[in-house]
Amino acid sequence: MTLRQLFHFNGGVKPAYNKEPSNALPIMVAPLPAELAIPLHQSVGGIPRPLVQAGEHVRKGQLIGGPDGYVSSSVHASTSGLVKAIEPRLMPHTSGLSALCVVIEPDGKDEWADLAPIPWRSMKPDEVRDALRDSGVVGLGGAVFPSYLKVNPGKQGHLNTLVINGAECEPFITCDDMQMREHAETIIRGAAILRDLTKAEQVLVGIEDNKPEAIAAMQVAVKATGEPRIEIVPVPTRYPAGGAKQLIRVLTGIEVPHGTRSTDYGVQCFNTGTAFAIYEALELGRPLISRIVTVAGNVETARNYEVRFGTPMKDVIALSKAKPDTNRIVMGGPMMGFAMPADTVPVVKATNCILVGSPTLFPPPPPEMPCIRCGECARACPTDLQPFEMYWFSRARIFGKAQEYHLFDCIECGCCAYVCGSNIPLVDYFRFAKSEIWARENEKAAADGARERYEFRLAREEREKAEKAAKLAAKAAETKAKLAAAASADDEQKKALIAAAVARTEAASATRQEGTPGAD
Amino acid sequence: MLTALFVMALGSVILGGALGFAAVKFRVEGDPLVDKIDSILPQTQCGQCGFPGCRPYAEAIAKGEADINCCPPGGEDGIHKLADLLGREFKPLSGEHGIEKPKSTAVIDENTCIGCTLCIQACPVDAIVGAAKQMHTVIAAQCTGCELCLEPCPVNCILMKPIDESVENWKWKYPTFALQARKAA
Repeated sequence: MTLRQLFHFNGGVKPAYNKEPSNALPIMVAPLPAELAIPLHQSVGGIPRPLVQAGEHVRKGQLIGGPDGYVSSSVHASTSGLVKAIEPRLMPHTSGLSALCVVIEPDGKDEWADLAPIPWRSMKPDEVRDALRDSGVVGLGGAVFPSYLKVNPGKQGHLNTLVINGAECEPFITCDDMQMREHAETIIRGAAILRDLTKAEQVLVGIEDNKPEAIAAMQVAVKATGEPRIEIVPVPTRYPAGGAKQLIRVLTGIEVPHGTRSTDYGVQCFNTGTAFAIYEALELGRPLISRIVTVAGNVETARNYEVRFGTPMKDVIALSKAKPDTNRIVMGGPMMGFAMPADTVPVVKATNCILVGSPTLFPPPPPEMPCIRCGECARACPTDLQPFEMYWFSRARIFGKAQEYHLFDCIECGCCAYVCGSNIPLVDYFRFAKSEIWARENEKAAADGARERYEFRLAREEREKAEKAAKLAAKAAETKAKLAAAASADDEQKKALIAAAVARTEAASATRQEGTPGAD
Repeated sequence: MLTALFVMALGSVILGGALGFAAVKFRVEGDPLVDKIDSILPQTQCGQCGFPGCRPYAEAIAKGEADINCCPPGGEDGIHKLADLLGREFKPLSGEHGIEKPKSTAVIDENTCIGCTLCIQACPVDAIVGAAKQMHTVIAAQCTGCELCLEPCPVNCILMKPIDESVENWKWKYPTFALQARKAA
């Protein structure tokens, strides 16, 4: 076997990985909680519509939320039980806001709904995509983009390279690592399904070289399954090697330019967890109802658990025993994670890690100091942006300029903030600027829609007026014609009468003349 | 001397011809300034500015007949944008046209609605559906919050409801930091 030539991306950092505590113990299935609150909106796109009602009995894997719109996914019951309510519950979201959840009280039987494998090999591509949408599979690397939209051979009809992302570059997180060690064959079979669906010429599984056990297990699985055209490629450990565009660049050398997609270059990327979920969905007919979650940080025993969606985070943390000085919960890792409003929020499809924090583990950030334009952030940026420029403009709320510096190419990896000598929380500024720009764009779109509707209404009123006037005119003309016709008919009659009278008189006079000689 | 005059005259004829041609060929229909102003206005068509709709107000601003601070739904933000566009001084919102309110949508109390269709006729953006003697309802996504339907309703069954913050429309806040008192040495 020849060594594959690898490429590299600019920037990146090497933080302390802290993965050892959580990858020592095997994955444990988390027990059923007393109550599951399953949020309907767990993926990018439209909010699924609830398909069950309070008081209804549901079985494990039953559809409880149907997709709404083209970009949307489905949601399923993660165990059997009674639907207690469909109500807003606190979301695993930094805002601390609530959203609609299906609250299920488990009956303890954990009984599956009737499942049937999906005969994807004999189905049309569109039907396979529909089946994937209905099984609720979304990208489990953290972006939760509906996978059915990505299972697409692209414009040229086939992919050159399918990248399976097992890099898992973020500190503390080991869920993909443990899944690759324990379920390597399923992941490879899932990758093979994706390879066949996207007609990919080769499948490259990128795994960071700090996970030798996972690499070995995956290599064994490739041999055991005998799946062709799948290669396990160890990649150098450097954060964020697990970013989709970064991994694509390392494996294929293709740098996906601004405003284009990797599929334009015949490359598509899926997470290993997603490959696993796709195998389960298509070959076993099992919808996505649970995922592997790392619990790490300020806990007694950091470990990975298989957790049903809707399980309160505090139940999962309790299995690892949080230390008493715990002061915060983060969903995701220390670089890209989001602070949770409370520990009662449910585990969702995006929860790859529950990071338990304490003041000693994550001390409060030192005060922000002025930017000295040292340019360290630009050197660290893996997407080749200039964070300090975007920072100026975001800070001054000059969003147009920030966009000119390609703010929306920022993947919020946190490298810039990590290296910043002035402790500036750059990513916070970028998130602020992005959400402001989105809000403005939405407002603008709404105003444009309103203008269009208003102009249409004016045009319609004008048209109705014209139509009414035309109708009236037509009616008037008709009446006039009728009157005229009636009048002319009258004339004819009169003329006929006169003519008749004239004829009569003429006839009378004629008879008189004729009669006169006779009378004479 | 004559040659120079001839050359200059020829030049001016050619350039004049080119300009005349360009004036006809590249003629801009309508006033582009009005379009620019109109695109800043919020398109609620509420008439609070005293003009029948956003476009008439935009035309009045372009002509200099109206001030830039007469649009309450556009708010301070809108006045800033207009001031930037027109190179005028920023002015606070004039009180006589109304006050800036949080963005709301109309909600019809469906138990009270008698189906008179008056609100449907009043809505400038066709965001109310219903028919005579049938219940009416507001299409929330298309309601601009102009409040024009409130007045005609004979049974006062329409109320304005501010749009709630949700996970979907939540915005990241401007990064701020709590000031900490320095510990005494």
